Amino acid sequence: MAKVLVVTSGKGGVGKTTSTAALGAALAQTGQNVVVVDFDVGLRNLDLVMGAERRVVFDLINVIQGDAKLSQALIRDKRIETLSILPASQTRDKDALTAEGVASVMAQLREKFDWVICDSPAGIERGAQLAMYHADHAIVVTNPEVSSVRDSDRIIGMLDSTTEKAKGGGKIEKHLLLTRYDPARAARGEMLRIEDVLEILSIPLLGIIPESEEVLRASNLGAPVTLSSPDSPPARAYAEAARRLEGEKLEVTVPVERKGLLARLFKGKS
Amino acid sequence: MSLFGSFFGRSSKTSAPVARDRLQILLAHERTGNGNESDLLNKLQAEILEVIKRHIAVDQDKVQVKLDRGNSVSMLEIDIEVPQMRHSGQP
Repeated sequence: MAKVLVVTSGKGGVGKTTSTAALGAALAQTGQNVVVVDFDVGLRNLDLVMGAERRVVFDLINVIQGDAKLSQALIRDKRIETLSILPASQTRDKDALTAEGVASVMAQLREKFDWVICDSPAGIERGAQLAMYHADHAIVVTNPEVSSVRDSDRIIGMLDSTTEKAKGGGKIEKHLLLTRYDPARAARGEMLRIEDVLEILSIPLLGIIPESEEVLRASNLGAPVTLSSPDSPPARAYAEAARRLEGEKLEVTVPVERKGLLARLFKGKS
Repeated sequence: MSLFGSFFGRSSKTSAPVARDRLQILLAHERTGNGNESDLLNKLQAEILEVIKRHIAVDQDKVQVKLDRGNSVSMLEIDIEVPQMRHSGQP
């Protein structure tokens, strides 16, 4: 039975697209069929972060408007066979994203894949609402920073009221993904602590992604960080978060750089 | 990281040139009216299919259009799954 996940936050720039790509790749690496769907109509970027930008032919809106079949718009990842991306449209107007159209595409995706991961646009407007509407699970991406926490709180409110699940009297499963976390600064009292954020938002913690230069490197290269540097702290944090999504009970820790300088030098040569 | 580390690690760290190249290729395509690109591809696909359909029955779902935009050259690939052909010699 397919699971539909929305990666959302309210605030922009907190790491939704990075997280969508990294979690999608991590889940697909276990052999499951995964599709990552870009809902940011007008400003698509998931294709770029995934390194598929040169291969986009058709997009979500083309499928909704009947100009292309879903199978024609799906781009298969060149590194992981079980990973696909459905790009957002770049130029068309946002009203082209209709509720019925999205519902039909989501139903088709549910049949084809084990995981459907929807990368929400920032904000709380229609695009964000449509991205979350069909979700069974929501990953709320939050930075340990006041405005991000506040926006996450609003998004959590929306998840509990305006989604299909909520309207049917059910509950969408919510998970907190704390990104760009800097343990040293938190220890010095310069950054909101994990416990503070958890207490304020009171949803279960899916993972803590440490601030890392590997994330920028991954986006430069057009590869999910879980593929570009699988041993790096953020990649390990995402991989563990993916295992939690699959139901594994793992204690949440903040991964740290594993090896000393020498070990890394030797590894780099092998 | 120490001076050593950044020196030795350099070859694997220089991802910025890759980012620049990727953006240049992408933006070159997006700035020159990419809005028409999918229309063009749609037309190409429709017309090519039309020609093929005169000879073979083709299932719309069995047509895949692939594209790889390059710096100076792009590759357009149209895969059409052709059903078992009946040759005149067959019973």
